[in-house]
Amino acid sequence: MTVATELDLDSLSIRQVNAALQGAEEGAFRVLHAGGAHALACGLNATLDVTIDGHAGYYCAGMNKHASVTVMGNAGTGCAENIMSGQVRVQRDVSQSLAASGHGGLVVVEGSASARAGISMKGVDIVVGGDVGHMSGFMAQTGRLVVLGDSGSDLGDSIYEAQIYVRGAVASLGADCVEKPMAEEHTASLTELLARAGLDADATSFRRFGSARKLYHFSIDNMEDY
Amino acid sequence: MCGIVGLFLKNESLQPELGRLTALMLHEMVDRGPDSAGFAVYDVPQAATKISCLSLTGTSDWAALCKEVEKVVGAPIRIEEIEDHAILHTEGDGAVARNRIIEIAPDVTVLSVGHAIELFKGIGDPDAITQRFGLAQRTGTHAIAHTRMATESAVVIAGSHPFSTGADTCLVHNGSLSNHNRLRENLRRRGETFQTENDSEVAAGYLAWRMREGDSLEGAIERALQDLDGFYTLAIGTGDGFAVVRDPIACKPAVIAETEDWVAMSSEFRAIARLPGVNHADIWEPKPATVYAWSHAA
Repeated sequence: MTVATELDLDSLSIRQVNAALQGAEEGAFRVLHAGGAHALACGLNATLDVTIDGHAGYYCAGMNKHASVTVMGNAGTGCAENIMSGQVRVQRDVSQSLAASGHGGLVVVEGSASARAGISMKGVDIVVGGDVGHMSGFMAQTGRLVVLGDSGSDLGDSIYEAQIYVRGAVASLGADCVEKPMAEEHTASLTELLARAGLDADATSFRRFGSARKLYHFSIDNMEDY
Repeated sequence: MCGIVGLFLKNESLQPELGRLTALMLHEMVDRGPDSAGFAVYDVPQAATKISCLSLTGTSDWAALCKEVEKVVGAPIRIEEIEDHAILHTEGDGAVARNRIIEIAPDVTVLSVGHAIELFKGIGDPDAITQRFGLAQRTGTHAIAHTRMATESAVVIAGSHPFSTGADTCLVHNGSLSNHNRLRENLRRRGETFQTENDSEVAAGYLAWRMREGDSLEGAIERALQDLDGFYTLAIGTGDGFAVVRDPIACKPAVIAETEDWVAMSSEFRAIARLPGVNHADIWEPKPATVYAWSHAA
Protein backbone atom coordinates (compact mmCIF):
# COMPACT_ATOMS: atom_id res chain seq x y z
CA MET A 1 0.00 0.00 0.00
CA THR A 2 1.29 3.44 -0.91
CA VAL A 3 2.10 5.72 1.98
CA ALA A 4 0.40 9.06 1.46
CA THR A 5 2.51 12.19 1.49
CA GLU A 6 1.19 14.48 4.20
CA LEU A 7 0.59 18.15 3.50
CA ASP A 8 -0.31 20.02 6.70
CA LEU A 9 -2.14 23.34 6.38
CA ASP A 10 -1.08 24.22 9.92
CA SER A 11 2.43 24.70 8.57
CA LEU A 12 1.92 25.19 4.82
CA SER A 13 -0.06 27.84 2.94
CA ILE A 14 -2.88 26.86 0.59
CA ARG A 15 -0.69 27.93 -2.32
CA GLN A 16 2.12 25.65 -1.14
CA VAL A 17 -0.25 22.71 -0.75
CA ASN A 18 -1.81 23.27 -4.17
CA ALA A 19 1.58 23.77 -5.81
CA ALA A 20 2.77 20.46 -4.36
CA LEU A 21 -0.34 18.69 -5.66
CA GLN A 22 -0.32 20.36 -9.05
CA GLY A 23 3.38 19.54 -9.49
CA ALA A 24 2.96 15.84 -8.71
CA GLU A 25 2.64 13.30 -11.51
CA GLU A 26 1.33 10.45 -9.37
CA GLY A 27 0.98 9.25 -5.80
CA ALA A 28 -1.21 9.57 -2.76
CA PHE A 29 -1.51 12.72 -0.67
CA ARG A 30 -3.26 13.57 2.54
CA VAL A 31 -4.09 17.21 3.29
CA LEU A 32 -4.26 17.76 7.05
CA HIS A 33 -6.05 20.51 9.04
CA ALA A 34 -8.17 21.65 6.13
CA GLY A 35 -10.10 23.96 8.48
CA GLY A 36 -12.54 25.07 5.79
CA ALA A 37 -9.82 26.60 3.61
CA HIS A 38 -10.84 27.59 0.09
CA ALA A 39 -9.66 26.26 -3.27
CA LEU A 40 -8.06 23.11 -1.87
CA ALA A 41 -6.77 20.60 -4.43
CA CYS A 42 -7.78 22.78 -7.35
CA GLY A 43 -6.63 22.36 -10.91
CA LEU A 44 -5.17 18.89 -10.51
CA ASN A 45 -4.13 17.31 -13.77
CA ALA A 46 -2.68 13.87 -12.94
CA THR A 47 -3.85 10.53 -11.57
CA LEU A 48 -3.31 11.46 -7.93
CA ASP A 49 -5.18 10.14 -4.94
CA VAL A 50 -5.84 13.07 -2.61
CA THR A 51 -7.58 12.85 0.76
CA ILE A 52 -8.61 16.02 2.54
CA ASP A 53 -8.77 15.49 6.27
CA GLY A 54 -11.48 17.76 7.64
CA HIS A 55 -13.91 20.24 6.09
CA ALA A 56 -13.11 22.03 2.85
CA GLY A 57 -14.13 25.60 1.98
CA TYR A 58 -15.19 26.96 -1.39
CA TYR A 59 -14.25 25.52 -4.79
CA CYS A 60 -12.60 22.40 -3.46
CA ALA A 61 -11.21 20.19 -6.27
CA GLY A 62 -12.30 22.71 -8.87
CA MET A 63 -11.35 21.99 -12.49
CA ASN A 64 -10.25 18.50 -11.53
CA LYS A 65 -8.75 16.34 -14.28
CA HIS A 66 -7.71 12.69 -13.76
CA ALA A 67 -7.26 12.95 -9.98
CA SER A 68 -9.35 11.30 -7.29
CA VAL A 69 -10.11 13.69 -4.42
CA THR A 70 -11.89 12.64 -1.23
CA VAL A 71 -13.08 15.11 1.40
CA MET A 72 -13.48 13.43 4.77
CA GLY A 73 -15.91 16.13 5.99
CA ASN A 74 -18.15 18.79 4.44
CA ALA A 75 -17.31 20.99 1.48
CA GLY A 76 -18.41 24.55 0.73
CA THR A 77 -19.77 26.31 -2.33
CA GLY A 78 -18.68 25.18 -5.79
CA CYS A 79 -17.16 21.84 -4.87
CA ALA A 80 -15.77 20.12 -8.02
CA GLU A 81 -16.70 23.14 -10.08
CA ASN A 82 -15.94 22.60 -13.75
CA ILE A 83 -14.63 19.08 -13.15
CA MET A 84 -13.26 17.60 -16.39
CA SER A 85 -12.56 13.99 -15.38
CA GLY A 86 -11.51 11.89 -12.41
CA GLN A 87 -13.54 11.59 -9.23
CA VAL A 88 -14.47 13.82 -6.32
CA ARG A 89 -16.08 12.27 -3.25
CA VAL A 90 -17.38 14.12 -0.21
CA GLN A 91 -18.21 12.05 2.84
CA ARG A 92 -20.58 14.57 4.41
CA ASP A 93 -22.59 17.51 3.01
CA VAL A 94 -21.76 20.09 0.37
CA SER A 95 -22.99 23.63 -0.07
CA GLN A 96 -24.34 25.29 -3.21
CA SER A 97 -23.45 24.86 -6.87
CA LEU A 98 -22.00 21.37 -6.60
CA ALA A 99 -20.02 20.45 -9.74
CA ALA A 100 -21.22 23.58 -11.51
CA SER A 101 -20.57 23.36 -15.26
CA GLY A 102 -18.78 20.03 -14.77
CA HIS A 103 -17.71 18.54 -18.10
CA GLY A 104 -16.92 14.97 -17.09
CA GLY A 105 -15.86 12.62 -14.33
CA LEU A 106 -17.82 11.50 -11.30
CA VAL A 107 -18.84 13.50 -8.23
CA VAL A 108 -20.23 11.63 -5.24
CA VAL A 109 -21.66 13.29 -2.15
CA GLU A 110 -22.52 10.84 0.59
CA GLY A 111 -24.51 13.46 2.51
CA SER A 112 -26.72 16.17 1.04
CA ALA A 113 -26.08 19.02 -1.38
CA SER A 114 -27.76 22.40 -1.08
CA ALA A 115 -29.11 24.69 -3.79
CA ARG A 116 -28.22 24.56 -7.46
CA ALA A 117 -26.42 21.22 -7.47
CA GLY A 118 -25.30 20.44 -11.01
CA ILE A 119 -26.07 23.92 -12.31
CA SER A 120 -25.16 24.11 -15.98
CA MET A 121 -23.56 20.66 -15.87
CA LYS A 122 -22.04 19.65 -19.18
CA GLY A 123 -21.35 15.92 -18.95
CA VAL A 124 -20.37 15.18 -15.35
CA ASP A 125 -22.13 12.41 -13.42
CA ILE A 126 -23.27 13.54 -9.96
CA VAL A 127 -24.58 11.16 -7.32
CA VAL A 128 -25.93 12.57 -4.07
CA GLY A 129 -26.69 10.15 -1.23
CA GLY A 130 -28.99 12.58 0.57
CA ASP A 131 -31.11 15.51 -0.62
CA VAL A 132 -30.47 18.36 -3.04
CA GLY A 133 -31.63 21.96 -2.58
CA HIS A 134 -33.73 24.19 -4.80
CA MET A 135 -32.88 24.87 -8.44
CA SER A 136 -30.74 21.78 -8.76
CA GLY A 137 -29.98 20.80 -12.34
CA PHE A 138 -30.63 24.38 -13.47
CA MET A 139 -29.80 24.68 -17.18
CA ALA A 140 -28.16 21.26 -17.02
CA GLN A 141 -26.90 20.37 -20.50
CA THR A 142 -25.60 16.81 -20.44
CA GLY A 143 -24.61 14.24 -17.84
CA ARG A 144 -26.58 12.66 -15.00
CA LEU A 145 -27.70 14.00 -11.64
CA VAL A 146 -28.77 11.22 -9.28
CA VAL A 147 -30.44 11.98 -5.97
CA LEU A 148 -31.09 9.20 -3.47
CA GLY A 149 -33.07 11.51 -1.17
CA ASP A 150 -35.44 14.38 -1.93
CA SER A 151 -35.14 17.36 -4.23
CA GLY A 152 -35.97 20.96 -3.35
CA SER A 153 -38.17 23.15 -5.50
CA ASP A 154 -37.69 23.94 -9.21
CA LEU A 155 -35.71 20.84 -10.05
CA GLY A 156 -34.21 20.93 -13.54
CA ASP A 157 -35.36 24.43 -14.41
CA SER A 158 -34.57 25.27 -18.05
CA ILE A 159 -32.89 21.91 -18.44
CA TYR A 160 -31.33 20.85 -21.75
CA GLU A 161 -30.32 17.21 -22.30
CA ALA A 162 -29.07 16.14 -18.87
CA GLN A 163 -30.82 13.24 -17.12
CA ILE A 164 -32.04 13.59 -13.55
CA TYR A 165 -32.93 10.62 -11.35
CA VAL A 166 -34.59 11.12 -7.97
CA ARG A 167 -35.58 8.40 -5.52
CA GLY A 168 -37.37 10.55 -2.96
CA ALA A 169 -39.87 13.39 -3.20
CA VAL A 170 -39.53 16.29 -5.58
CA ALA A 171 -40.83 19.56 -4.11
CA SER A 172 -41.53 20.94 -7.60
CA LEU A 173 -40.20 20.83 -11.14
CA GLY A 174 -38.74 23.89 -12.80
CA ALA A 175 -39.73 25.31 -16.19
CA ASP A 176 -39.63 22.75 -19.01
CA CYS A 177 -38.59 19.87 -16.75
CA VAL A 178 -40.87 16.83 -16.91
CA GLU A 179 -40.99 13.31 -15.59
CA LYS A 180 -40.10 10.68 -18.20
CA PRO A 181 -40.54 6.91 -18.21
CA MET A 182 -37.76 4.68 -16.91
CA ALA A 183 -36.87 2.34 -19.76
CA GLU A 184 -34.57 -0.65 -19.37
CA GLU A 185 -31.65 1.30 -20.76
CA HIS A 186 -32.07 3.91 -18.02
CA THR A 187 -32.26 1.32 -15.26
CA ALA A 188 -29.15 -0.40 -16.60
CA SER A 189 -27.20 2.82 -16.91
CA LEU A 190 -28.28 3.99 -13.46
CA THR A 191 -27.40 0.62 -11.89
CA GLU A 192 -23.90 0.91 -13.32
CA LEU A 193 -23.51 4.49 -12.09
CA LEU A 194 -24.75 3.69 -8.56
CA ALA A 195 -22.30 0.80 -8.36
CA ARG A 196 -19.45 3.04 -9.48
CA ALA A 197 -20.49 5.64 -6.90
CA GLY A 198 -20.47 2.94 -4.22
CA LEU A 199 -23.96 3.82 -3.03
CA ASP A 200 -26.45 1.10 -2.36
CA ALA A 201 -29.79 1.80 -4.03
CA ASP A 202 -32.12 -0.05 -6.37
CA ALA A 203 -32.21 1.70 -9.73
CA THR A 204 -35.82 0.70 -10.28
CA SER A 205 -36.89 2.81 -7.29
CA PHE A 206 -35.91 6.07 -9.04
CA ARG A 207 -37.97 8.40 -11.17
CA ARG A 208 -36.42 10.03 -14.23
CA PHE A 209 -36.72 13.69 -15.22
CA GLY A 210 -35.56 15.55 -18.27
CA SER A 211 -36.37 18.28 -20.72
CA ALA A 212 -39.75 18.68 -22.38
CA ARG A 213 -37.74 20.49 -25.06
CA LYS A 214 -40.35 23.21 -25.32
CA LEU A 215 -38.30 26.02 -23.92
CA TYR A 216 -35.03 25.88 -25.78
CA HIS A 217 -36.47 25.40 -29.25
CA PHE A 218 -38.26 28.56 -30.19
CA SER A 219 -41.94 27.96 -30.74
CA ILE A 220 -44.48 30.67 -31.30
CA ASP A 221 -46.93 28.69 -29.12
CA ASN A 222 -44.59 29.15 -26.15
CA MET A 223 -44.27 32.89 -26.37
CA GLU A 224 -45.46 33.28 -22.78
CA ASP A 225 -42.63 31.04 -21.56
CA TYR A 226 -39.88 33.22 -22.99
CA MET B 1 -19.74 40.79 0.30
CA CYS B 2 -19.64 40.67 4.08
CA GLY B 3 -18.73 38.18 6.76
CA ILE B 4 -20.95 37.44 9.72
CA VAL B 5 -20.44 35.34 12.81
CA GLY B 6 -22.51 34.48 15.83
CA LEU B 7 -21.68 32.48 18.93
CA PHE B 8 -24.27 31.38 21.48
CA LEU B 9 -22.93 29.61 24.56
CA LYS B 10 -24.93 26.79 26.08
CA ASN B 11 -22.29 25.90 28.65
CA GLU B 12 -21.91 28.62 31.29
CA SER B 13 -18.31 27.69 31.97
CA LEU B 14 -17.38 29.05 28.53
CA GLN B 15 -18.69 32.55 29.34
CA PRO B 16 -15.21 33.93 30.22
CA GLU B 17 -14.12 32.78 26.73
CA LEU B 18 -16.93 34.39 24.74
CA GLY B 19 -14.96 37.43 23.56
CA ARG B 20 -11.83 35.51 22.73
CA LEU B 21 -13.72 32.92 20.67
CA THR B 22 -15.76 35.58 18.88
CA ALA B 23 -12.59 37.51 18.00
CA LEU B 24 -11.07 34.29 16.68
CA MET B 25 -14.12 33.74 14.48
CA LEU B 26 -14.24 37.32 13.25
CA HIS B 27 -10.56 37.22 12.32
CA GLU B 28 -11.31 34.47 9.79
CA MET B 29 -13.95 36.66 8.14
CA VAL B 30 -11.63 39.64 7.57
CA ASP B 31 -11.13 38.94 3.88
CA ARG B 32 -14.90 38.81 3.36
CA GLY B 33 -15.17 42.31 4.81
CA PRO B 34 -11.95 44.25 5.28
CA ASP B 35 -13.34 47.79 5.38
CA SER B 36 -15.39 47.92 8.60
CA ALA B 37 -16.44 45.76 11.49
CA GLY B 38 -18.58 45.69 14.58
CA PHE B 39 -19.72 43.38 17.32
CA ALA B 40 -22.39 43.04 19.97
CA VAL B 41 -21.66 41.16 23.17
CA TYR B 42 -24.44 40.00 25.47
CA ASP B 43 -23.31 39.68 29.05
CA VAL B 44 -25.39 38.35 31.91
CA PRO B 45 -28.29 40.85 32.18
CA GLN B 46 -27.96 43.45 34.91
CA ALA B 47 -30.56 45.62 36.65
CA ALA B 48 -29.30 48.86 35.11
CA THR B 49 -29.77 49.71 31.45
CA LYS B 50 -26.69 50.00 29.27
CA ILE B 51 -26.77 52.44 26.36
CA SER B 52 -23.95 51.99 23.85
CA CYS B 53 -23.15 55.27 22.09
CA LEU B 54 -20.77 56.27 19.33
CA SER B 55 -19.38 59.77 18.93
CA LEU B 56 -19.32 60.57 15.21
CA THR B 57 -16.87 63.41 15.81
CA GLY B 58 -14.78 61.54 18.36
CA THR B 59 -14.98 64.61 20.59
CA SER B 60 -18.51 64.45 22.01
CA ASP B 61 -18.93 65.87 25.50
CA TRP B 62 -20.45 62.84 27.24
CA ALA B 63 -20.78 64.58 30.63
CA ALA B 64 -22.71 67.50 29.17
CA LEU B 65 -24.91 65.17 27.12
CA CYS B 66 -25.70 62.97 30.12
CA LYS B 67 -26.60 65.99 32.22
CA GLU B 68 -29.34 66.77 29.69
CA VAL B 69 -30.47 63.16 29.38
CA GLU B 70 -30.65 62.73 33.16
CA LYS B 71 -33.33 65.42 33.24
CA VAL B 72 -35.75 63.29 31.19
CA VAL B 73 -34.91 59.87 32.59
CA GLY B 74 -34.91 61.15 36.17
CA ALA B 75 -31.97 59.00 37.22
CA PRO B 76 -28.21 59.45 37.28
CA ILE B 77 -26.08 58.15 34.40
CA ARG B 78 -22.64 56.63 34.83
CA ILE B 79 -20.35 57.13 31.84
CA GLU B 80 -17.90 54.43 30.75
CA GLU B 81 -15.83 55.95 27.95
CA ILE B 82 -14.03 53.61 25.52
CA GLU B 83 -12.23 55.30 22.62
CA ASP B 84 -14.93 57.05 20.54
CA HIS B 85 -17.67 55.01 22.25
CA ALA B 86 -19.33 55.40 25.61
CA ILE B 87 -21.47 52.95 27.54
CA LEU B 88 -23.99 54.88 29.61
CA HIS B 89 -25.32 53.03 32.67
CA THR B 90 -28.59 54.13 34.24
CA GLU B 91 -31.49 52.89 36.32
CA GLY B 92 -33.75 55.15 34.24
CA ASP B 93 -35.76 54.26 31.12
CA GLY B 94 -33.38 53.32 28.30
CA ALA B 95 -35.85 54.03 25.51
CA VAL B 96 -36.49 57.52 26.82
CA ALA B 97 -32.76 58.14 27.09
CA ARG B 98 -32.19 56.87 23.55
CA ASN B 99 -34.83 59.13 22.07
CA ARG B 100 -33.50 62.13 23.97
CA ILE B 101 -29.91 61.53 22.80
CA ILE B 102 -31.03 61.18 19.17
CA GLU B 103 -33.06 64.38 19.58
CA ILE B 104 -30.36 66.61 21.06
CA ALA B 105 -27.02 65.12 19.96
CA PRO B 106 -26.54 64.95 16.19
CA ASP B 107 -22.89 64.02 16.79
CA VAL B 108 -23.88 60.84 18.64
CA THR B 109 -25.32 57.58 17.34
CA VAL B 110 -27.08 55.32 19.83
CA LEU B 111 -25.87 51.84 18.93
CA SER B 112 -27.87 49.78 21.40
CA VAL B 113 -29.98 49.87 24.53
CA GLY B 114 -30.55 47.01 26.92
CA HIS B 115 -29.73 45.16 30.09
CA ALA B 116 -27.36 42.69 28.44
CA ILE B 117 -26.08 44.14 25.17
CA GLU B 118 -22.99 46.26 24.53
CA LEU B 119 -22.25 47.19 20.93
CA PHE B 120 -19.11 48.56 19.23
CA LYS B 121 -18.31 49.35 15.62
CA GLY B 122 -15.75 51.11 13.50
CA ILE B 123 -14.23 51.45 10.06
CA GLY B 124 -10.89 50.01 9.05
CA ASP B 125 -9.19 46.71 9.74
CA PRO B 126 -11.60 44.43 11.65
CA ASP B 127 -8.84 42.94 13.81
CA ALA B 128 -7.73 46.43 14.83
CA ILE B 129 -11.33 47.30 15.74
CA THR B 130 -11.80 44.22 17.91
CA GLN B 131 -8.51 44.98 19.66
CA ARG B 132 -9.40 48.63 20.17
CA PHE B 133 -12.58 47.67 21.98
CA GLY B 134 -11.08 44.71 23.79
CA LEU B 135 -13.39 42.06 22.32
CA ALA B 136 -11.08 39.19 23.30
CA GLN B 137 -11.29 40.11 26.99
CA ARG B 138 -15.08 40.40 27.06
CA THR B 139 -17.25 37.82 28.76
CA GLY B 140 -20.86 36.95 28.21
CA THR B 141 -23.50 34.56 27.00
CA HIS B 142 -23.64 35.26 23.25
CA ALA B 143 -22.23 37.56 20.62
CA ILE B 144 -22.70 38.48 16.99
CA ALA B 145 -20.21 40.26 14.79
CA HIS B 146 -19.75 41.48 11.25
CA THR B 147 -17.02 42.35 8.78
CA ARG B 148 -18.12 44.63 5.97
CA MET B 149 -17.15 45.00 2.34
CA ALA B 150 -19.26 47.90 1.14
CA THR B 151 -20.69 47.24 -2.31
CA GLU B 152 -23.55 49.69 -2.72
CA SER B 153 -22.75 52.48 -0.29
CA ALA B 154 -19.80 54.33 1.14
CA VAL B 155 -17.36 53.08 3.75
CA VAL B 156 -18.71 55.16 6.60
CA ILE B 157 -19.33 54.18 10.17
CA ALA B 158 -23.08 54.53 9.61
CA GLY B 159 -22.82 51.46 7.40
CA SER B 160 -21.05 49.31 9.98
CA HIS B 161 -23.00 46.52 11.64
CA PRO B 162 -24.50 45.33 13.98
CA PHE B 163 -27.69 47.37 13.98
CA SER B 164 -30.05 47.67 16.89
CA THR B 165 -33.17 49.70 17.33
CA GLY B 166 -34.96 47.84 20.09
CA ALA B 167 -34.03 46.81 23.60
CA ASP B 168 -31.36 44.10 23.61
CA THR B 169 -32.07 43.29 19.95
CA CYS B 170 -29.55 43.57 17.16
CA LEU B 171 -28.64 41.93 13.91
CA VAL B 172 -25.87 41.52 11.40
CA HIS B 173 -26.72 41.17 7.73
CA ASN B 174 -25.00 39.83 4.66
CA GLY B 175 -26.91 40.84 1.55
CA SER B 176 -29.00 43.81 0.55
CA LEU B 177 -32.66 44.74 0.86
CA SER B 178 -34.47 46.27 -2.08
CA ASN B 179 -37.58 47.59 -0.32
CA HIS B 180 -35.89 49.28 2.63
CA ASN B 181 -36.96 52.83 1.76
CA ARG B 182 -40.67 52.02 1.81
CA LEU B 183 -40.30 49.82 4.89
CA ARG B 184 -38.40 52.55 6.71
CA GLU B 185 -41.19 55.05 6.04
CA ASN B 186 -43.82 52.56 7.21
CA LEU B 187 -41.87 51.84 10.37
CA ARG B 188 -41.31 55.53 11.05
CA ARG B 189 -45.06 56.00 11.00
CA ARG B 190 -45.26 53.25 13.62
CA GLY B 191 -42.83 55.08 15.85
CA GLU B 192 -39.46 53.55 14.98
CA THR B 193 -36.53 55.96 14.85
CA PHE B 194 -33.72 55.35 12.38
CA GLN B 195 -30.29 56.91 12.53
CA THR B 196 -28.89 55.91 9.12
CA GLU B 197 -30.02 55.33 5.54
CA ASN B 198 -28.70 51.77 5.74
CA ASP B 199 -30.93 48.89 4.59
CA SER B 200 -29.83 46.58 7.40
CA GLU B 201 -30.95 49.05 10.06
CA VAL B 202 -34.44 48.74 8.57
CA ALA B 203 -34.39 44.98 9.11
CA ALA B 204 -33.37 45.56 12.72
CA GLY B 205 -36.14 48.14 13.13
CA TYR B 206 -38.66 45.77 11.61
CA LEU B 207 -37.85 43.01 14.09
CA ALA B 208 -37.82 45.44 17.01
CA TRP B 209 -41.26 46.69 15.96
CA ARG B 210 -42.71 43.19 15.67
CA MET B 211 -41.35 42.11 19.05
CA ARG B 212 -42.67 45.28 20.66
CA GLU B 213 -46.05 44.33 19.19
CA GLY B 214 -45.82 41.03 21.02
CA ASP B 215 -44.31 38.65 18.47
CA SER B 216 -41.76 36.14 19.66
CA LEU B 217 -38.34 36.30 18.01
CA GLU B 218 -39.31 33.40 15.74
CA GLY B 219 -42.68 34.99 15.00
CA ALA B 220 -41.07 38.29 14.11
CA ILE B 221 -38.63 36.59 11.75
CA GLU B 222 -41.38 34.52 10.11
CA ARG B 223 -43.18 37.76 9.37
CA ALA B 224 -39.98 39.41 8.15
CA LEU B 225 -39.68 36.62 5.57
CA GLN B 226 -42.93 37.94 4.08
CA ASP B 227 -42.08 41.64 4.25
CA LEU B 228 -38.34 41.92 3.59
CA ASP B 229 -37.56 41.92 -0.12
CA GLY B 230 -34.01 41.28 -1.18
CA PHE B 231 -31.33 38.86 -0.22
CA TYR B 232 -30.08 38.26 3.24
CA THR B 233 -28.48 36.00 5.72
CA LEU B 234 -29.20 37.45 9.13
CA ALA B 235 -27.79 36.59 12.53
CA ILE B 236 -29.96 38.07 15.25
CA GLY B 237 -29.31 38.51 18.96
CA THR B 238 -31.83 39.17 21.71
CA GLY B 239 -31.39 39.43 25.47
CA ASP B 240 -31.52 35.68 25.90
CA GLY B 241 -31.65 34.34 22.37
CA PHE B 242 -29.95 33.94 19.05
CA ALA B 243 -31.39 33.24 15.61
CA VAL B 244 -30.33 32.74 12.01
CA VAL B 245 -32.43 33.13 8.87
CA ARG B 246 -31.75 33.20 5.12
CA ASP B 247 -33.97 34.55 2.37
CA PRO B 248 -35.91 32.08 0.17
CA ILE B 249 -33.29 32.15 -2.60
CA ALA B 250 -30.43 31.73 -0.12
CA CYS B 251 -27.64 33.09 -2.27
CA LYS B 252 -25.74 34.44 0.74
CA PRO B 253 -23.77 31.75 2.51
CA ALA B 254 -24.22 30.44 6.04
CA VAL B 255 -23.05 27.51 8.11
CA ILE B 256 -24.28 26.51 11.55
CA ALA B 257 -22.45 24.22 13.95
CA GLU B 258 -23.73 22.98 17.28
CA THR B 259 -22.22 21.05 20.16
CA GLU B 260 -23.44 20.46 23.71
CA ASP B 261 -21.53 23.60 24.70
CA TRP B 262 -22.28 26.13 21.97
CA VAL B 263 -24.05 27.08 18.75
CA ALA B 264 -21.99 28.94 16.18
CA MET B 265 -22.92 30.40 12.82
CA SER B 266 -20.82 32.05 10.20
CA SER B 267 -20.68 32.91 6.54
CA GLU B 268 -18.06 30.22 6.13
CA PHE B 269 -16.95 27.16 8.02
CA ARG B 270 -13.39 28.39 8.49
CA ALA B 271 -14.63 30.84 11.12
CA ILE B 272 -16.00 27.90 13.09
CA ALA B 273 -13.03 25.60 12.49
CA ARG B 274 -11.03 26.69 15.57
CA LEU B 275 -13.79 26.49 18.15
CA PRO B 276 -13.26 23.97 20.96
CA GLY B 277 -14.87 20.62 20.28
CA VAL B 278 -15.67 21.44 16.66
CA ASN B 279 -14.67 17.94 15.58
CA HIS B 280 -17.73 16.60 17.37
CA ALA B 281 -20.11 19.34 16.20
CA ASP B 282 -23.24 18.84 14.15
CA ILE B 283 -22.60 21.03 11.11
CA TRP B 284 -25.20 22.02 8.57
CA GLU B 285 -26.17 24.67 6.09
CA PRO B 286 -29.35 26.49 7.15
CA LYS B 287 -32.16 25.96 4.68
CA PRO B 288 -33.73 28.88 2.79
CA ALA B 289 -36.60 30.73 4.48
CA THR B 290 -36.23 28.65 7.64
CA VAL B 291 -35.86 30.13 11.11
CA TYR B 292 -33.24 28.64 13.41
CA ALA B 293 -33.42 29.93 16.96
CA TRP B 294 -31.93 29.19 20.36
CA SER B 295 -32.73 30.67 23.72
CA HIS B 296 -31.33 30.57 27.23
CA ALA B 297 -34.87 30.82 28.59
CA ALA B 298 -36.12 27.38 29.57
